[in-house]
Amino acid sequence: MQLNEIWFLIVGFLFIGYFVLDGFDFGVGMSLPFLGKDDTDRRVLINSIGPVWDLNETWVIVAGASLFAAFPEWYASLFSGFYLPLLLILAALIMRGVAFEYRGKGHTIGADEKKWKSRFDWMIVIGSALPALLWGVAFANIVQGVPLNKDHIYTGTLFTLLNPYGLLGGLVTLTLFFTHGLVFITLKTDGDIKDRARALATKVGLVATVLAAVFLVWTLIAHFSVLGFILTGLAALSLIAALFANHQKREGVSFSLLVFTIITAVGSLFAALFPNVFPSITDPAFSLTIDNASSSEYTLTVMTWVAVFMIPLVLVYQGWTYWVFRKRVTRKSIPAGSH
Amino acid sequence: MKGQNISFREREKEMHTAIPAVLTELSALDLSRWQFGLTTVYHFLFVPLTIGMVVLVAILQTVWVRTNDEKFLKLTKLFGKIFLINFAMGVVTGIVQEFQFGMNWSDYSRFVGDVFGAPLAMEGLLAFFFEATFIGLWIFGWDRLPKKVHLATIWMTALGVWLSAYFILAANAFMQNPVGYEINEAKNRAELVDIGAVLTNIVAINQFPHTITASFMFAGAVIVAVGAYHLKRKQFVEPMQTATRFGLWTVLLGGIGTVITGDGLGLAMVQTQPMKMAAAEALYDTATGADASFSLFTIGTPDGVSELFSVRIPYLLSFLSTHTMDGTVEGLNNLQAQYTELYGPGNYMPVIWITYWAFRWMIGLGLLSALVAVTGLVLTRKWKYNLPNWVWNTAIWAVPLPLLGISIGWMFTEMGRQPWIVFKLMKTADAVSPGINGVDVLISLVVFTLIYGTLGVVEFKLLFAAAQKGVEEQKTPEDADKMAVAY
Repeated sequence: MQLNEIWFLIVGFLFIGYFVLDGFDFGVGMSLPFLGKDDTDRRVLINSIGPVWDLNETWVIVAGASLFAAFPEWYASLFSGFYLPLLLILAALIMRGVAFEYRGKGHTIGADEKKWKSRFDWMIVIGSALPALLWGVAFANIVQGVPLNKDHIYTGTLFTLLNPYGLLGGLVTLTLFFTHGLVFITLKTDGDIKDRARALATKVGLVATVLAAVFLVWTLIAHFSVLGFILTGLAALSLIAALFANHQKREGVSFSLLVFTIITAVGSLFAALFPNVFPSITDPAFSLTIDNASSSEYTLTVMTWVAVFMIPLVLVYQGWTYWVFRKRVTRKSIPAGSH
Repeated sequence: MKGQNISFREREKEMHTAIPAVLTELSALDLSRWQFGLTTVYHFLFVPLTIGMVVLVAILQTVWVRTNDEKFLKLTKLFGKIFLINFAMGVVTGIVQEFQFGMNWSDYSRFVGDVFGAPLAMEGLLAFFFEATFIGLWIFGWDRLPKKVHLATIWMTALGVWLSAYFILAANAFMQNPVGYEINEAKNRAELVDIGAVLTNIVAINQFPHTITASFMFAGAVIVAVGAYHLKRKQFVEPMQTATRFGLWTVLLGGIGTVITGDGLGLAMVQTQPMKMAAAEALYDTATGADASFSLFTIGTPDGVSELFSVRIPYLLSFLSTHTMDGTVEGLNNLQAQYTELYGPGNYMPVIWITYWAFRWMIGLGLLSALVAVTGLVLTRKWKYNLPNWVWNTAIWAVPLPLLGISIGWMFTEMGRQPWIVFKLMKTADAVSPGINGVDVLISLVVFTLIYGTLGVVEFKLLFAAAQKGVEEQKTPEDADKMAVAY
């Protein structure tokens, strides 16, 4: 296996990791207006991801930096081409991040607590829903191909990306991450809020299933491969099984199946892309591939050593974090009279 | 690069046909430079406090674990809170920095990504994951983890923060002094040939300790200000006395370290970027020995045309640049002539009045801050705290001095590199993304300015409130469960 093939897998792995992990953070953020009846409920929801959202978000930074190091042409063309969508994602991630930190601190500066919290709660909702939608739009467009000229420079506009396939991709990630977050809530909380999360997960999950089925079959027809076919099939089956498990109150099984769904679904997109990384619809000859977009042999060798040693270690200590915070967050765990 | 420039202009024309005439005047290059400058300066307002405070908090917590003195636990929690309010802003504004290389500077990314991407990716894999994970464990782990394991998490966070700083500074050092690469003519890009050389770049090795020591100055100044605020009001006297002395020593030792490391960095700069040193001193003609004097202050225009009055220390520039009294320091005009010969016609000087004054303000603010610390240490010796209010007020208002010094120091470092984005390899003007237009960049510049401005106000209010509140009595947790929520 060539080094640039290995790095295609590593970049894929990092983005999949990002979607699996920050995906449920987005879902939890989006659930606030649906499940948060009062402030205690909302605090239960936010604290269910409290210790981990930051490290989950870190995956996108590492994925971006790895893209830069391993495929500088891809990174350069993609990030400058998708300028405005990425700006929106950045703005959303900034709002979400500071809102988590600041929503409980309004009383320290004498702000009207209700207004203060409601403002930051909306920042969390928008800051979660917008990236959940836009990452799907972005990835669908990467797979479908965009107008790139011979210098690999994007020649479209923001509206070029808002085509039916791109928008459908966005709706898939929006609903899939929402479902993922709701099932995460059933895993991490207890009592009434858990029941409401489960009921909502069933409804949103059904919408996600229909959208994902159409999207993945569309992808498969456009870019058929045996691996893509297998991954798409596994994604569909595990999503249906996850909804069934959720209905059966087997939250651990349901969550694991959703993780598997995201892995296989995003994996099928990367399979559809290979060996291209950023196909051009202007002229296939202008496409970026793992060959013309990758770094030199030496850089890839150095980075492979770093990745081979570090990624397992990262998985171990992040796994340990999840183990430390494995307990469910309940209304009782929110101290009365605190902020 | 020339071929690309032509196609870039053609594309600009194409793109602009649909856009009103006024807006076509907006240059994606100028706006991108403003945006990168603003977002970087803003990001780096939060970084020094993170770098310095994480270690100071770790020290306070270590003392608490070893002595069981409740006072240190209170201080750990207070400064831990200040650290965290600040940390959140550093993280979210840091993502913007990474994305901008691709969004606004894609031709730069294409040209140096093979080299420059490696330290950035290493930062992510080795340091950033590390710090993000352990900071979560520290915040939420107070009653979840055994005391010593919990203490270890803050030290691990500190390690992650410092490693992260090193990799980023190594990446930056490549822009100041490119090493460990070869140009691949066929692919028109710089390619990495020696990662060891990139990571041990003489500029990185000198910039890192300079950044760390300066960060300690600011973190120390914050602790001093909080202590002074409460001592002025005679509240929480015992812990605040300790905090104030701890902070003052940190500022002083940080200050001494900053001078020593700054000297090392200056030598590295003369060696690698003589134009920057000449620009720092507005030295137009090569000078030797006593003539290589350091001007403390100049009235008139430092453009060499008319100097009305200046205070100069003979030999000092020679000493700073070469550590000898009879050294030669190259002047701007000589270097300009050399570079014109090497790289073709063009202006190779940075904006001299900015570099000249930035260099002086950086040093002056740092020294002033250290002076405040020395005075404070003298006044508070033998634990005398019945001091007049102006003393406490000075300590409080001295807080921005090191931060301003750091910001201006970076402006000097980066603006002194101009017109290059990578010194001698690529000009800033050739690095901007060819596909973006001025309107896009104007939108992003406005969005970032609005968000950053609003958050800056909120952040400042929250930091101020946390500092004013001081230390609280520790509640005994009835239920360990309750301590696992922080939001």
